[in-house]
Amino acid sequence: MADRIFGAIVTSCALVVISALIWVLFDVVVKGTEHFTWSFLYEAPNDAGRTGGIGPMLVSTLLILVIALVVAVPLGLCLSVWLTEFAPNSSRFAQSTGVCLDILAGVPSIVYGLFGNAFFCIYLGLGVSLLSGGLTLACMILPVFVRTCESGLRAVNNEWRYGALALGMSRWVAIRNILLPAARPAIIAGLALGIGRATAETAALLFTSGYVDRMPESLLDSGRALSVHIYDLSMNVTGGDGAAYASAMVLVTLIIAFNIIAHIFVDNWLKRRLNTQ
Amino acid sequence: MMFNNQRNIRLNQAHLHTKVDLHLNRILVLMSAMVTLLLVTIMLFLFYESWPFIKGLWGDELGAKFTLSQGWYPLEEQFNMMPMILASILVTVCAVLFALPLGLGSAIYLVHFAPPASKQSFRLFLNLLAGVPSVVFGLWGLTRLVPIITQWQPPGTSLLAAALVLALMILPTIALTCASAIAAVPSSILNGAKALGMSRKTCIIHVVLPSARSGIQGGILLAIVRALGETMAVLMVSGNVVQLPSSLFDPVRVLTANIALEMAYAMDYHRASLFFSGLLLTVLVGLVSWTALKTNQIACGKKHG
Repeated sequence: MADRIFGAIVTSCALVVISALIWVLFDVVVKGTEHFTWSFLYEAPNDAGRTGGIGPMLVSTLLILVIALVVAVPLGLCLSVWLTEFAPNSSRFAQSTGVCLDILAGVPSIVYGLFGNAFFCIYLGLGVSLLSGGLTLACMILPVFVRTCESGLRAVNNEWRYGALALGMSRWVAIRNILLPAARPAIIAGLALGIGRATAETAALLFTSGYVDRMPESLLDSGRALSVHIYDLSMNVTGGDGAAYASAMVLVTLIIAFNIIAHIFVDNWLKRRLNTQ
Repeated sequence: MMFNNQRNIRLNQAHLHTKVDLHLNRILVLMSAMVTLLLVTIMLFLFYESWPFIKGLWGDELGAKFTLSQGWYPLEEQFNMMPMILASILVTVCAVLFALPLGLGSAIYLVHFAPPASKQSFRLFLNLLAGVPSVVFGLWGLTRLVPIITQWQPPGTSLLAAALVLALMILPTIALTCASAIAAVPSSILNGAKALGMSRKTCIIHVVLPSARSGIQGGILLAIVRALGETMAVLMVSGNVVQLPSSLFDPVRVLTANIALEMAYAMDYHRASLFFSGLLLTVLVGLVSWTALKTNQIACGKKHG
């Protein structure tokens, strides 16, 4: 009897969690589709965003995301490879790098925003621009990406490393053709996490990439990201809720789509490498 | 078997035979130094920007104004941050209190009660929700939750609303980390408990949960870090009045929200004070992460000992 009650309590916990979260998603989809039209995706915003679309915001979001990934992904892959394959076991430097990564992963996004504003915008003179915003986000997603890739590489069976050594492969060849493809799932997960975080971020972009809702003409232009647009519509524009929900729906869809694309793309690429060897 | 027990092979520098490998090693070391450099630069710039304020605190120019002044009136150089620091902590604690029982319950469901078919989809669903942007939760809270609270206890935008939205946001994190901690409990322990004739409930409450304790603690600390650093969702639903709340229904302003609200027009001392609150937040979050690291180490030590 006690068992049954306990089971019921636990199951109802799960049900409450699921229904609360479905409530949020349901609202976003229902209120979003009310305001959504296909032209909403490419038109420029009108009347502070109450009417018109989100064309410039989509472009800004994509540009910021691309900058962040171009900087963070190569750096992150190198770092995780060094930490797992090259760093000597008891290296103080490797340990302190790990601690730095852990601290960086915990720094709140608004603090990254402060840093980006002081360093990229003012000190490096990039101004409030897409480039500053992208670089700030690159700093923000780097630790998460490195930690996930690192755990993937560590999980690769040692026999693969012995095999590569026995075949006389150089480290470089072994990493490129065996270890990275074998750590594929973790790399995909890290990439998806990074993309999700960068696309969802608002606080770090408020004063690094700015509010301007025109179509950006260069990377040094200020541009409003989609998440900043949602914030602005719901807080500063009365009567902007419909457009805010439609933008939120687009943003959530975008994040899910990016996850799927990252999955398919990286999976195919790395699998092909592993098979041809 | 010996080989498999080793965590990782790391050959030393003497084994770097080819030229490519040597160069690669050098390049990678340089790149890894970038991380340390990044952290140092971040801290340096936070210090540099908040220096005027810190210097003011040290002297008697501002010192009294930090804790003793009337409140937060930056334009009149009154910088009492205490209400905002307390609000940050209060909102976080409430959110964790709301989310913990539900998260732990659904973690137990996920590992021990869910039928295999729904297990996978529940996990997928939680992962999906962990990725929903905070600004979307904020928007939902503002247009759905706040009106409900307003009907009950005006003004609606309040500590309670902030804590509820935040709880919703950290639920997936808590549920997923607790589930992996519970799943990591060795099945021999579980089987032993079953063999002693314990009921399923006793088994889980008195055997599984205690042995998964350190993992669960780690999950809670992770959720605290996330809640303390959260800006947008809290900013949108908390009402943003700088005050010490006397009840759950009072509007509050947290540290992160304050930075986001005032950074756009802050100058001089005011700007420095905002950077100082950023520094304060980082230290606060660092302390929590450090505690998490220590609990983890203690747990690992126990396992090996």
